Amino acid sequence: MLYREAGQFHTSYTSDRQLFPLKQDRIGMVIMLLVAFVAIPLLSSDYWLSAILIPWLILALVALGQNILMGYAGQLSLGSAGFMAAGAFACYNLILRVPDIPFLLAVLLSGLIAACIGILFGLPSLRIRGLYLAVATLASQFFIVWALDKFGWFKNYDPAGVISAQQIVMFGHTFASPAEKYLVVLSIVAVLTLLAKNMARGSTGRAWRAVRDMDVAAEVMGLSLLRTKLQAFAISSFYCGVGGALFAFAYLQTVEPSAFNIELSFRILFMVIIGGIGTILGSFLGAGFILLMPVFLNILFHAVAGHAVDATILSALEQIIFGALIIIFLIVEPLGLARIWQLAKERLRLWPFPH
Amino acid sequence: MINRIVRLIWLGISAALIALPLHAEEQYFGIPSSRVGPYSAMGTGYYGGIIDYLTYVNLKGGVNGVKLTWSECETEYNAARTVECYQRLLNKGNQKMVVFDTLGTPGAYAVIGRMAQDQVVLAQYGYGRTDAADGTVWPWVFNAAGHYWGQIGVKLAFMAQKEGGIPKMRGKKIVHLHIDTAYGREPLPAMRQFAKDWGFTLIEIAIAPPGLEQQSQWLQIRQERPDWVTFWGAGSGMNSTAITTAARVGFPREKMIYVTFGGAEEDMLPAGDAAKGTYVSANAVPGDFPLIADIRKVVYGAGKGNMQNKERVGTVYYNRGVGAAIMWIEALKNAQAIHNKKGKAVTGPEFRDGYEALDMSEAKLKELGVLGMLAPFKLSCAKHDGAEKWRMMQWDGKKFQLVSDWVNPPNQALIRSMIEESAAKYAKENNLTPRSCPPSS
Repeated sequence: MLYREAGQFHTSYTSDRQLFPLKQDRIGMVIMLLVAFVAIPLLSSDYWLSAILIPWLILALVALGQNILMGYAGQLSLGSAGFMAAGAFACYNLILRVPDIPFLLAVLLSGLIAACIGILFGLPSLRIRGLYLAVATLASQFFIVWALDKFGWFKNYDPAGVISAQQIVMFGHTFASPAEKYLVVLSIVAVLTLLAKNMARGSTGRAWRAVRDMDVAAEVMGLSLLRTKLQAFAISSFYCGVGGALFAFAYLQTVEPSAFNIELSFRILFMVIIGGIGTILGSFLGAGFILLMPVFLNILFHAVAGHAVDATILSALEQIIFGALIIIFLIVEPLGLARIWQLAKERLRLWPFPH
Repeated sequence: MINRIVRLIWLGISAALIALPLHAEEQYFGIPSSRVGPYSAMGTGYYGGIIDYLTYVNLKGGVNGVKLTWSECETEYNAARTVECYQRLLNKGNQKMVVFDTLGTPGAYAVIGRMAQDQVVLAQYGYGRTDAADGTVWPWVFNAAGHYWGQIGVKLAFMAQKEGGIPKMRGKKIVHLHIDTAYGREPLPAMRQFAKDWGFTLIEIAIAPPGLEQQSQWLQIRQERPDWVTFWGAGSGMNSTAITTAARVGFPREKMIYVTFGGAEEDMLPAGDAAKGTYVSANAVPGDFPLIADIRKVVYGAGKGNMQNKERVGTVYYNRGVGAAIMWIEALKNAQAIHNKKGKAVTGPEFRDGYEALDMSEAKLKELGVLGMLAPFKLSCAKHDGAEKWRMMQWDGKKFQLVSDWVNPPNQALIRSMIEESAAKYAKENNLTPRSCPPSS
């Protein structure tokens, strides 16, 4: 009833090809952005902002980067946390060594540095595919983290190797409170998500998908495999790099190589798979699931069974339930959480008269 | 089974309901435990010890009548989860957390920058950021009693004693075999300085976490033929693997010294007979001290113990947890006394003052029933690391035998100057003005 496209006619190509062709989607988007930019910073507690929303947005951005590479361009990669580390350390060194650099510029440059490294590690994709490529990209994960540990210059010769991240300073203002940090993160994530959505539906995205579905056919049609694949690697690593810089500066507030270990790479991979391969929305849903479900279970268990059940059993139980939920979701909807949302939307279009 | 679960849930809900209307004065604590994953042996023992002591104090009538409450949060020994837990535990009802103890260097580093702003004490009990011992730069961070630089100093002194004096250390070869994390590297600055001063060769060998495969490192050690190995591992898997691999390459365990976070019963037992002879440094030693025996009687007698396996009461990690909780409670007592709030809850800044006033003299330790279990120490405005005393133990195949009394690291002035230098560097990088402390302290 509410969610119908009847009566909405597109009379020009521009209106037909706009980002959200449905009026309801546009209204929904505006409301969501208003809530995200205005209501949440005003109403949320510091805990929600700094422990839930900020990491969720950042990891969603990284998952988006992984999704571009894996979901759209079909290049299975396991190095996303490595690129995050590259971005985080690039940002640290830029702020440290370039006087008065605005945070935003530092973050963008860190993304570009990560993108350059991404291109380098994307080179094997020209010769190998699938699981073999995944194993080859593992090298980036280990090499980057190893190099950051090995060469003291990256860490400004800090003996412990865990560096406190500098303050976020832009336009002479220090973004210190959780709400301010949240707004910085949200703005960057919103802009980059919009860009990703545009790329995914435009010629860039079509080229990626052509390569994903059959690279020989794509090449026959005149697509340059070299360009398309490396472009996907570069853009994906850019997103991961920006995400890594934000993760270190806006969330952890420390810069440390071991925060970006292989485990994080796997978690990002799971976010994409659970959320929905090759969807923008899926990156956000998947990040939410993988990041927030354990937290939610932990809170729930302690609230319900706090002192009655042994805490060690509770902690183990959380992990078991979390694992079981992943399996259940993959059985119920192998195409991910984004697909569930899509199905719900289709139902909504017909509701309340399904026939 | 389902009936049982339903019953447990009901029990939880009704317990929560009963707990609500109580309006006695309460002091809230946040407990960021790590009960799963490779470091679970450490987390269950340590946080079990803390919770048992809090329960014990409650059963004895609280701190001047103030009952202790706490919330637990699972960090999985992961820095990102620790930040989440920190934020979650920070506020509870109308009370704010006063002290945070991550039992791990990664977690401590992840939250260390938030302490001054949130006015929470970061209690690093023998771990974490060493230069926090300089209270002028780090008013909110403590590493009582002792830190990694002091610990490595005590170990080197122990070696020197075995070798027949510091001059005999010249030309010796020591391998620092460590997990490749900030925690593993933390003692290195002090070690390098000692190597220069004493004239021994220091070889640093890193093991990538989680460190369950150490064959190549130990082959390298066999090639180098060092006189001693200081092992800096984490997690019982890694720690017992080191022993078994050392046994395989034929390196004598009597020449291996383990770090506090790898030297517990749970780390030695999996290695079996191979572990015999391994040395460990400790900031809380295992055993049935009067307080531990009383906890067993009072807390476990009432069926309120936190440890699943009662046998672990009195082991290294458990006693260390009790030691940590003792400092919290003594700090709380001090805070109440200093700020004239006997029988009332205290705030973060008040608790901080109480913590800084900790004076764990031998008489005090005796009164608490932990003389010998913990090192005597005293904190001050500038000195946030206490006495830095450590005790050496040796595994005899079944349990730890104490092989030394509480000893100070050699050349404390040197360590202190390194701490102040490092803290000053931090203060400069972060535009902090160190506070001034009265000269007497």
